[in-house]
Amino acid sequence: MPHTADTLRRTPLFDRHEQAGAKLVPFAGWEMPVQYEGIRQEHVAVRTHAGMFDVSHMGEIETSGSDAERFLQRILSNDVTKIAERGAQYSVLCKEDGGVLDDLFTYRLEDGRFLTVTNASNHDKDLAWFREHADGFDVEIKDAHSDWAMLAVQGPEARAALGSDDLPPRMRTADLEIAGVPALVCGTGYTGEDGCELLLPPDGAAAVWDALLERGVKPAGLGARDTLRLEVCFHLYGNDLSEDRNPIEAGLGWCCKLDTGFIGSDALRDVKPEQTLVPFAFTGPGIPRQGNPVNAPHGEGIVTSGSLSPCLETGIGMAYLPLEDAEPGTGIEVDVRGKNRPAEVRSRPLYERKEKGG
Amino acid sequence: MAEASYPEDLKYHAEHDWARIDGEEATFGITWYAQDALGEVVFFDPPQAGSQVTKDEPYAEVESVKAVSDVFAPLSGEILAVNELLADSPEKINEDPYGDGWLVKVRMTDPSEVEALMDVGAYRELL
Repeated sequence: MPHTADTLRRTPLFDRHEQAGAKLVPFAGWEMPVQYEGIRQEHVAVRTHAGMFDVSHMGEIETSGSDAERFLQRILSNDVTKIAERGAQYSVLCKEDGGVLDDLFTYRLEDGRFLTVTNASNHDKDLAWFREHADGFDVEIKDAHSDWAMLAVQGPEARAALGSDDLPPRMRTADLEIAGVPALVCGTGYTGEDGCELLLPPDGAAAVWDALLERGVKPAGLGARDTLRLEVCFHLYGNDLSEDRNPIEAGLGWCCKLDTGFIGSDALRDVKPEQTLVPFAFTGPGIPRQGNPVNAPHGEGIVTSGSLSPCLETGIGMAYLPLEDAEPGTGIEVDVRGKNRPAEVRSRPLYERKEKGG
Repeated sequence: MAEASYPEDLKYHAEHDWARIDGEEATFGITWYAQDALGEVVFFDPPQAGSQVTKDEPYAEVESVKAVSDVFAPLSGEILAVNELLADSPEKINEDPYGDGWLVKVRMTDPSEVEALMDVGAYRELL
């Protein structure tokens, strides 16, 4: 159901955001914290200590039944049979023509039961897509959005703050108690830092929030979430991915296993992309923004994500550019509201995490 | 960040800009309200010295991490100077919006335009 501005949904942590002094904004039908103290401070806290993001607006779809794996193999781009028990996997959901409907994480909870995390703005569309394509499969598809609150705890000190000896390694999940609350803990994230994402019962989320706050974890908003993911070149649906772009040009060919026969794989087999998504950084002043045109040596391009990088202290972004111009070091110009700003194609990630002890 | 304040000696424009009048010259900046709404300023893109600005029209941009805002000229004039400090320290706009965070100085081309600006009482009512 569409949600208008006066019926914005609130997460179970809404009161906590107000108490923490959040600036709340409408986002994908939800009233969400964009920042508390400031985007830059929150960004740096996640890179150097630990931050927590309420991402309860993200949706969940539970797929179960004897054909659950075979069904997901048909609609998700990655090889679902390769997800270990209690494992996690990234994939895209494609239309027949290869356009991207969403990018998603799927967790194998047990044999015959999977949980897929959706982007808030795509949840209803994804759910409809799952159901439309379930004919002939013995599966139950459940909208689990209201079953879960979701808290991403990220940063070099995130695992210590969670206070459990049994935290799952990267790309694995575990059922644990965090601050006395039963949690599905996933070794995943969207910041390029170590950490976990917690799926929590909605009525337990506040207790976990309070305990983590007590342990020095800093509340961080969607603003910092965006700058953190951009520094490590993670895609954002609606910016870098859309139904009009295919995963090959988006640089996500690695998670498209064409031989699994997923919906869209036939179209992708024949794709000869003319453009590809590349990271870039400004070599002078200015901040690139989504939609800025790009002048590259072999033609035009377009910025799909842009911001100031709090760690690199320069304008950074991602842009679709002609294939010939994807080489790191290629000089380009970004037209920022009429001013041509010099920039350079870079390799990913734009920001590299300092390893412990390094 | 500074506490909310609106000095008595300034003239205010509805787009949340201020002007400090000194004879035929005026200094422009953005108000406490404007910098608070924007969040931490990370980039100020100034106009060229010598260029003309027109009352009620954008003459520069301020950017936070998240967003870009136009800055509107409260008065018409010719740019005499831009605040060079802001190239390296745009956060001065947040820390001291009426002092070190000033944006430009102009020579007014039509000093009678000052009459159309608000005093602090009228501006506070707008907020």
